[in-house]
Amino acid sequence: MKIEHLTKSFEDNVVLDDVSFTVHKGEVIVVVGPSGCGKSTMLRCINALEPIQGGKITIDGDEILYGSKNLSSLRQKIGMVFQSYDLFPHLSVLDNILLAPLKVQKRKKDEVIKEATELLERVGLGDKAKSYPRQLSGGQKQRVAIVRALCMHPEMMLFDEVTAALDPEMVREVLDVILGLAKGGMTMIIVTHEMQFARAVADRVLFLENGNIIEDADPDTFFENPKTERAKQFLNIFNFERSKEK
Amino acid sequence: MNWDFIWKYLPLYEKAALLTVKIGWAGIALAIIIGILCAIVLYFRIAVLRRIVSVYIEISRNTPLLIQLFFIYYALPKIGVPVSPEACGVAGLAFLGGSYMAEAFRSGLEAIEPIQMESALSLGLEKSQALRYVIMPQAVSVSVPAFVANVIFLLKETSVFSAISLMDLMFTAKDLIGLYYKTTESLLMLVVFYLIILLPVSILGSILERRLRHAGFGS
Repeated sequence: MKIEHLTKSFEDNVVLDDVSFTVHKGEVIVVVGPSGCGKSTMLRCINALEPIQGGKITIDGDEILYGSKNLSSLRQKIGMVFQSYDLFPHLSVLDNILLAPLKVQKRKKDEVIKEATELLERVGLGDKAKSYPRQLSGGQKQRVAIVRALCMHPEMMLFDEVTAALDPEMVREVLDVILGLAKGGMTMIIVTHEMQFARAVADRVLFLENGNIIEDADPDTFFENPKTERAKQFLNIFNFERSKEK
Repeated sequence: MNWDFIWKYLPLYEKAALLTVKIGWAGIALAIIIGILCAIVLYFRIAVLRRIVSVYIEISRNTPLLIQLFFIYYALPKIGVPVSPEACGVAGLAFLGGSYMAEAFRSGLEAIEPIQMESALSLGLEKSQALRYVIMPQAVSVSVPAFVANVIFLLKETSVFSAISLMDLMFTAKDLIGLYYKTTESLLMLVVFYLIILLPVSILGSILERRLRHAGFGS
């Protein structure tokens, strides 16, 4: 996937200003930065949920263009999980997962049920297939949302602050699933505020501020020796415990 | 109270009730279709159509059914469109009900969080599929209370059909009063027949509402 000169603004407010980067197959990119820097908007643009004002986003050479006809087939290549729980409340867990594979990809029901059950099993929710979203905890819902996206066999996954709305205790169970995916070689772009997790999972870290990528480095370099003063300040926010011990 | 009179003219009321129910339900069925279409136009903010629908809703909701019926019944034939009383009743009810149904469905659609549409799209569903499998089922259950209220309201509004010489319940009662001066008996039968038609709808509606509330989605 290639993102070239992506520019996005809401009226006069420029949210993304000429952002370019390439995602290679199997790469895990973590995007960090202060709130309002455009991280989430960037993911939404990549999935063409927002119109963009300039630049080009391509996956396997096909352009992802807001409003174009072939969006459905391109979006199938990109799984996305949102911050707030986006499960369909009127459908059971299993039906949530089955909907797109059956209606969009027209796959056989038995086969998808088998796959869905295995995936649910793998994220520790084997017994929840018949439950409804309202009966699940936040962490369980997010794991179901991940399984739902995976069942479409995406080539890459986008995670938009998937743990931001969770109780601290539930954050872990969701992050473990994402770590598992990373080990399995899934291409991912992850927006998160969990710095330790970012460091553990990332192949590359992008630091975004005011709609610009101001750092693009491997995690060790980024967390130990950030190039910019701004990134240092940002990382210091997460280090208050250590500085207290000194 | 003259029970013989009631007994004698019962079949007349039965026939009239059947007519009221037939025209009522035909009009309501059309109103539902119009309502769904208008609600979709408003929900997706479809350019030109949206204006037309808004104008229609304002006209339909802010004029009495009686005037709408007169317009259809007397004005349309003048410009060369002949209308039977039955067709006029159905059309009038559909014209009035369409806007009420549209508002009920629109508020249902707008109660659904935009993230539902977005996550459906991000799974690769087409907009129409997302609407059908994700948005509509949720929106319908939100709009059930308003929908039931509209159905009852529209069935009651059929009482003005007598003005365009449809032999409905109201017409029959007025006719009998005019002929025999049996006001009490005629009006009693009128009330009873309206209750027979409307009570089941009302009861069914509250059962439906309660079941949907129990299945309440929550997030």
